[in-house]
Amino acid sequence: MDLSAINPVLLVASLIVAATPLLFAALGELVVERAGVLNLGVEGMMITGAICGFIVGVESGSAYLGFLGAAAGGALLSLIFGVLTQYLLSNQVATGLALTLFGLGLSALLGQGYQGVKGPTPARLDIPVLSDLPVVGRIVFGHDLMVYAGLALVVAVWWLLTRSRAGLILRAVGENHDAAHALGYKVVRVRLAAIAFGGACAGIGGAYLSLVRVPQWTEGMTGGAGWIALAIVVFAAWKPWRALLGAWLFGGVTVLQLNLQAAGIALPVEYLSMSPYLVTILVLVLMSSGRAPGSLGRIFHKTG
Amino acid sequence: MYRRTLLGAAAALGLAGMAFAQDDPVKVGFVYVGPVGDGGWTYEHNKGRLAVEEHFGDAVETVFVESVPEGADAERVMTQMALDGADLIFTTSFGYMDATIATAEKFPDVKFEHATGFKRADNVSTYSARFYEGRAIQGHIAGKMTESNVIGYIGSYPIPEVIRGINASYLHAKAVNPDVEYRIVWVYTWFDPAQEAEAARTLIDQGADVILQHTDSTAPLAAAEEAGNVIGFGQASDMAQFSPSPRVSSIIDDWAPYYIDRVQAVIDGSWESADTWDGIGPGMVGIGEITDAVPEDVRAEALDMKERIAAGEYHPFTGPINRQDGSVWLAEGETASDEDLLGLNFYVEGIEGDIPE
Repeated sequence: MDLSAINPVLLVASLIVAATPLLFAALGELVVERAGVLNLGVEGMMITGAICGFIVGVESGSAYLGFLGAAAGGALLSLIFGVLTQYLLSNQVATGLALTLFGLGLSALLGQGYQGVKGPTPARLDIPVLSDLPVVGRIVFGHDLMVYAGLALVVAVWWLLTRSRAGLILRAVGENHDAAHALGYKVVRVRLAAIAFGGACAGIGGAYLSLVRVPQWTEGMTGGAGWIALAIVVFAAWKPWRALLGAWLFGGVTVLQLNLQAAGIALPVEYLSMSPYLVTILVLVLMSSGRAPGSLGRIFHKTG
Repeated sequence: MYRRTLLGAAAALGLAGMAFAQDDPVKVGFVYVGPVGDGGWTYEHNKGRLAVEEHFGDAVETVFVESVPEGADAERVMTQMALDGADLIFTTSFGYMDATIATAEKFPDVKFEHATGFKRADNVSTYSARFYEGRAIQGHIAGKMTESNVIGYIGSYPIPEVIRGINASYLHAKAVNPDVEYRIVWVYTWFDPAQEAEAARTLIDQGADVILQHTDSTAPLAAAEEAGNVIGFGQASDMAQFSPSPRVSSIIDDWAPYYIDRVQAVIDGSWESADTWDGIGPGMVGIGEITDAVPEDVRAEALDMKERIAAGEYHPFTGPINRQDGSVWLAEGETASDEDLLGLNFYVEGIEGDIPE
């Protein structure tokens, strides 16, 4: 065992990157849930975003167009969920689970012919002087633009939810849809917008895997990240800043376990591999202090 | 892809059965662990399948199923293939071993060929390639090329085939560079680009400037390319799209001649259960072009080693070699027996860490 081989600076830098796809997906789901909708289809939307982004990226040669494509793909898929649950009043839990299964299958179909293809990758930020600073340079200034976009999204979602009128309406819809309806707010419309936003964010998170992290397309490549994102939302008690914390925690354990393995720590590999998931469960149990939005998962019907 | 092939094949068979039953082509099935587009292991097996089709033309019909998980699902796929009238089935991953044996028991008239396994039956052959010969050459290049003296190795499963590769490359890296150090990460998958990329990045973060992989995708090479100043090797296939760097050479599995041979044997009725383990000499293991990123003298040494291995003058496991715990495995001048190699379950002296149970 040689722990000195682990470079803490690089560890933190790769932790931030590993957390990015989770952060996008979790923020999207957070907004959806604050609007009172429980969409368990995050995994399906992520993987659909991963393949849509990859296809657009490969065909156009631009990673950023790829991310746009991923957002569109994820949003479109989520709107299927939206129509089913908001207009046809289907059960949200069952529909969300079905959306995950559907997304996995759909992405495998779309991905035929894109396996083993090299995609475009966005360049890593390289600011003269700043990026060369010791420690800070690599951690703060050495990432691709999407990492910063993720952080900006945390601020944006926080501001939207707590400081804007639109956020107030969205929260009202999520807390008590009957009261919001009585006040004249369009509950279904607000929720559809939130669902589409959640789908777009999940799609971007998925595309971050297929365009930046790997960067390649394979079936099932999200590997359960969507479920972790769902757990992070609960862990975060529906607050954006804590979602960031949750994503970093999970990303950190993922990166750390590989580093420990490479450093030859004498712990069975199986335990190390399961550690990110164990930590997620543990944290959920310890920190289940948050209060869920009042109308979360309940069906809204105007005459009801 | 699979369903269409199978449906088409079933329809074609049905028609053929009615009209010209006597002209039934020999049907050959292939079970793949990854997608045919993986660019590595499965890609090369599929190239072998295409070579069979080209060589025999209408006399042979092939079907394949890709991305079949190891375990119970594999048995279902093999059974379906046998029921659909396959005469010969190649199962191309180590983890299909028990499923192959079980299916073969149910279909005594169907011939099975299992890649990289060690269980045989009257209608089950095994075949594999001596990848460790290529690993020795990789180790030599890696030992010469590394500047950080840290070599990263992405292991799939801790089975003898993978451990042979680690040992063979380590011995030859160490021989030319006594300061060399190995860091090994086990990912427990043959094909998962996300995990492979993550593992490669971790190893690079820990100072490795050479990445060796025993997994099937090109993701580790993509990670090496992104990092810059890191080299790697094509695994199972040439992976030439990453030439001249980070991919400086490769191990190429060439299954086509073997597949054509075995299909011919089925047509002739001379097929018998056998165990084939060929290396660089017979051409089952190929060494991809060593690029300009490698200095001329290193390339010459590597090619010389390849010649000597091919001619049978040099065995990559030639003593003195000690086990990790310091006990003697091979005495001076002694070479490892095939039996030893097939069951290899320990690191040689100098490699740190434990092999997972």
